[in-house]
Amino acid sequence: MELRYTPDEIAFRDELRRFFRAEIPAEIRQRVAEGRHLSKEDIVTSQRILNAHGLAVPNWPVKWGGKDWTPVQRYIYTEELQRAAVPQPLGFNTAMVGPVIAQFGSEAQKERFLPATANVDIWWAQGFSEPGSGSDLASLKTRAEKRGDKWVINGQKTWTTLGQHADWIFCLVRTDREAKKQKGISFILADMKTPGISVRPIITIDGAHEVNEVFFDDVEVPLENLVGEENRGWDYAKFLLANERLGIARIGMTKQRLARAKRIARETPMGEGVVWDDPEFRRRVARIEVQLKALEITQMRVVAAQGRQDASKPDPATSILKIKGSELQQATTALLVDIAGPYALPLAEHDREGSNEPEIMPEWAETAAPNYFNYRKVSIYGGSNEIQRNIIAKAFLGL
Amino acid sequence: MDFDLTDEQRLLKDSVDRMIEDAYGDFEKRKAYRAEPLGWSEALWKQYAELGLLGLPFEERHGGFGGGAVETMIVMEALGRGLAVEPYLATVILGGGFLRHGGSEAQQDTFIPRIAEGTLRLAFAQTERQARYDLFDIATTAKREGDGFVIDGEKGVVLHGDSADMLVVSARTSGSRRDREGITLFLVPADAAGVTRTGYPTQDGLRGAEIAFSNVRVGQDAVLGEIGQGLPLIERVVDEALAAVSAEAVGAMDALQTTTVDYLKTRQQFGTTIGSFQALQHRAADMLVALEQARSMAMYAAMMSEAADPRERRAAVAAAKVQINDSGRFVGEQSVQLHGGIAMTMEYKAGHYFKRLTMIENLFGDTEYQLRAVAEAEDVLVAD
Repeated sequence: MELRYTPDEIAFRDELRRFFRAEIPAEIRQRVAEGRHLSKEDIVTSQRILNAHGLAVPNWPVKWGGKDWTPVQRYIYTEELQRAAVPQPLGFNTAMVGPVIAQFGSEAQKERFLPATANVDIWWAQGFSEPGSGSDLASLKTRAEKRGDKWVINGQKTWTTLGQHADWIFCLVRTDREAKKQKGISFILADMKTPGISVRPIITIDGAHEVNEVFFDDVEVPLENLVGEENRGWDYAKFLLANERLGIARIGMTKQRLARAKRIARETPMGEGVVWDDPEFRRRVARIEVQLKALEITQMRVVAAQGRQDASKPDPATSILKIKGSELQQATTALLVDIAGPYALPLAEHDREGSNEPEIMPEWAETAAPNYFNYRKVSIYGGSNEIQRNIIAKAFLGL
Repeated sequence: MDFDLTDEQRLLKDSVDRMIEDAYGDFEKRKAYRAEPLGWSEALWKQYAELGLLGLPFEERHGGFGGGAVETMIVMEALGRGLAVEPYLATVILGGGFLRHGGSEAQQDTFIPRIAEGTLRLAFAQTERQARYDLFDIATTAKREGDGFVIDGEKGVVLHGDSADMLVVSARTSGSRRDREGITLFLVPADAAGVTRTGYPTQDGLRGAEIAFSNVRVGQDAVLGEIGQGLPLIERVVDEALAAVSAEAVGAMDALQTTTVDYLKTRQQFGTTIGSFQALQHRAADMLVALEQARSMAMYAAMMSEAADPRERRAAVAAAKVQINDSGRFVGEQSVQLHGGIAMTMEYKAGHYFKRLTMIENLFGDTEYQLRAVAEAEDVLVAD
């Protein structure tokens, strides 16, 4: 047992650390570090730089631009990317639809979509959740019917993150209404410009336009847009979610946020000194750090075990990472609100409509409360933490 | 980075696990061991020696096996799973740790082989009533007289102090009660004139002792390590002991988790197994999360207990103890709750795991104490 990195792994880490800081524009990384909303351009610019250096899609098959890395190297990549506050490569492209097409798609689909997906020439959206299908995803109702040489799609998707930027959408749709609910689902791709698709924004409690509703009204897509086999979509969705394993705990991001919170606490006045002087505050930080360290080691254990496991099967340890990872993301966003104190309250200038007044709070405090509000999502999405507990109870404990 | 055990470590794990399962698998046996004269089983202690466990961390030239922190972790986890009552922590980890890191050649040659063969038991007489967990808070004095020292003072809650043959005693050779300098360690025969021991059972079924030292004369050869520079040695050995009890706690939590889940699968109420209720399933899931976080930190503590930089070692081990304590309390309390009334009985094993976990919480620094140590280390644990 050796928990330390080998010299080769350290060299690998140092090279990535240098690369991310040297090559990804500082102003973009600054926006990530401060928890500000990124423009489409920020995300595309960053990912294209990564892609030009072969670093956008390391988890893909080598043939399609992936890297023959060990699980440890993959972990280091994710960790360093997050700690350098590099925008995460667009997950819908790199972690979701890309691996599914690479694994289950036709040769024609691979040629057509994979290079463009790696380079975000195509921006993908995820069409999974529906108004009536949240945690119970398999109950989805959007249907696709074969008519001649087309699929005709009708229904509604929701919580479609960054769907306003999307060129294409990958959807789970019901193709067999007679079959048991998981059995009658297919995985179909649709061009967002297809007539009958409309997108309506949902404004979240932090005032942001991050998610959308997507409506399908007699949307006709070619039969060849089906990925893999008809009615096997649920298997592909499970494969896709298992792919999220490595990044799900977002330990690098939480570390980066925590380091920033400590820096700010050391500068923010309180009493005769600064917030950091308060032993109660420091103990609160210490407890977060303890749990974060424990999660980091747990993550490494999962990574190390990955080399030996069947990668297509979901690992129940992922649920542990999801639960603790989301709790710590939320704990650190809450910490920043509390450091901001009364200046967590004002609504930032650029978040107010029609106002042109100068900002009244320290710049860093602008995003404290909105991020805290926004991060309540992390224990809800990707299978809520309660669903994760169900998975642990059933898959791990056999209850 | 590699979490695999080597072939030798796997072999060690298999044989220790088997021995502990044989010795403790039937919970009734533990009651019998506790009823023996020393409060634990001398026959089992011989088996520990025969299996090489008592010599595990020592060098081969002293009859040991040259094991490191991972080997200790393997053994301690097994002892935790079995809820073993033998003085392994007191003798091999604490006493043995002082000899390994502070003992002279002569002391090592004399005492270590006897530990390894099972004929010498040690205990660490450190805690004083006023000190709580501060390792430097020592009022016991050792005054130079002739070519030796005279020790006076009172030590409390000395783990397995009543059955030890020899005591490692911390005493002040200079300075005042809370000085970090001026502490010296002594090897004192437990039957030396002026040593009075009062043994008692502890809450978890193990043993402790209050030990008074009145005009106890020892020679220069009783000094362990450097005169007046005992604190760094104490801190090092206690951090190793913390790593060891962290592994023990993980073993206990692991067994308790398994016991609880088994119970949920068999206990029937309302015409069904209670494990089918989601309220209980989620609590069992949270217990598993707590256990795995603790397991991770026990591994981290094992690795970092050997770190060269004492600041890094201290922050890491303190962090591990915080997690072990938080997880141990959660797993212990929830296990009793999920079992219901049966876990309130002295007869059933779950309550005993709960009690051991609770006592481990208060061993060498409770949660608040260790949390303060993490906080004081500032950026050592999670570097920017």
